[in-house]
Amino acid sequence: MKLLTLNFLTCAVKTCKSSPAAFPLHPRDATLQVVETELNLAFLKNMLPRLMWDELRVVADEVCGFLLSFPPPCFPCFPFPPTRSDLVVGGEAGAAATAEGEEEVEEVPSQTAQDLHRVLLETTVHEGKLVCGNCGHEYKVMEGVPNFLLPGHLV
Amino acid sequence: MSRPEDILPPDLFYNDSESRKYTTSSRIQRIQNDMTHRALSLLDLHSPSLILDVGCGSGLSGEILSNTEEEGTPGGPHVWIGFDISSSMLGVALEKEVEGDLFLADAGQGVPFRPGTFDAAISISAIQWLCNAETSEDSPLGRLSRFFGGLYASLRRGGRAVCQFYPKNDEQKKMVSQAAIKAGFGAGLLEDDEGTKNAKTYLVLTVGGGDLDGDITGVVRGMDGVDVMARPGAVRGAKRGQEAKGSKVWILKKKEQMERKGKVVKANSKYTGRKRRVQF
Ligand SMILES: C[S@@+](CC[C@H](N)C(=O)[O-])C[C@H]1O[C@@H](n2cnc3c(N)ncnc32)[C@H](O)[C@@H]1O
Ligand SMILES: [Zn+2]
Repeated sequence: MKLLTLNFLTCAVKTCKSSPAAFPLHPRDATLQVVETELNLAFLKNMLPRLMWDELRVVADEVCGFLLSFPPPCFPCFPFPPTRSDLVVGGEAGAAATAEGEEEVEEVPSQTAQDLHRVLLETTVHEGKLVCGNCGHEYKVMEGVPNFLLPGHLV
Repeated sequence: MSRPEDILPPDLFYNDSESRKYTTSSRIQRIQNDMTHRALSLLDLHSPSLILDVGCGSGLSGEILSNTEEEGTPGGPHVWIGFDISSSMLGVALEKEVEGDLFLADAGQGVPFRPGTFDAAISISAIQWLCNAETSEDSPLGRLSRFFGGLYASLRRGGRAVCQFYPKNDEQKKMVSQAAIKAGFGAGLLEDDEGTKNAKTYLVLTVGGGDLDGDITGVVRGMDGVDVMARPGAVRGAKRGQEAKGSKVWILKKKEQMERKGKVVKANSKYTGRKRRVQF
């Protein structure tokens, strides 16, 4: 499961619905896996305003040892939170030049965009569990797939 | 032919062998592909979006969502998150190395995402299962209400959901649509090949907010644009009276027609047929 998804997934237990502590779920005993995918700049731009940055940092910190082993040490380094222009080489100026150019020049993803892509879309929790900070419920993760089936009394 | 929902609960029906048989059948692949494309055209996405796939199964729809615009997916490639109640189905999806995230969950227990997560949601051939309550402590109405309530909250304002499903009868069609409306959605039903054995029912749902709203008239209008109202014998554009298409009078008339056909129609209000700043 991607860190992107963990920035949206909440505890499913009924009594956790309105509790702020039920998000984000915390990876425990996690084995991570990096799965490379193509960078989708338009998607990243679309997602920027919807991400919860403090929570992303919390979760990334919890799997921190792993992230820090990446060259370059990506996560804590980029402008925080990044803006749309941070995602493009040359920023606003680059985008404007692109707009004025004779032919459409493709926008080039910045290092920040690449780091964000790596963190959100390529870094996955492969095994382990996700733990609710409110009720303590543990969602087991196997082969990247968390089990959210609840016993009847928790629904 | 008997309906699988009447035989076994979904996680038992879609066991390892059935999941494999389902996914490798070229007939099923073709039908699910067609319906996914139909649903995508109703979602009307123009740029890469975050999409929820409810009852994603082995990821047949997901593979299409991950395709680029050039490969035929409007606004693609999208990023999707799918869940299903059958671990065997998800197992087949894993084997195929689909790009979307997967989790094991029961739609009848809700949709565990924070508010406004998704741009859109899709569900192909799954939600009729919610009408079969397996336990004495749960009911179809309870399951439908948890599902649509959770789905509604998880979509961003202005977002849409399209659920193709196989209603057992008109009563079930109505029960499902009403549950969606009760959750806050604007809802419309679209029938392809109505009255034939290939009939396909799409529940089209909108979430109000921002410049868009959840008023069903917007959906009906959008649907008319894709020939939703076309029935055998209906001549489009002709013999429809004097009213300009899209005008309030026209909408009211259309809604009346829909109602007579047994479709779910939202009550008229002062907003019915007013100009919208953003068209669906
Ligand atoms: C006919 S298959 C469709 C799968 C996929 N959407 C497709 O188009 O290929 C129906 C799927 O709905 C799933 N399903 C049934 N009830 C469900 C529930 N309550 N929650 C989640 N998934 C469910 C089944 O496990 C099965 O994978
Ligand atoms: Zn909880």
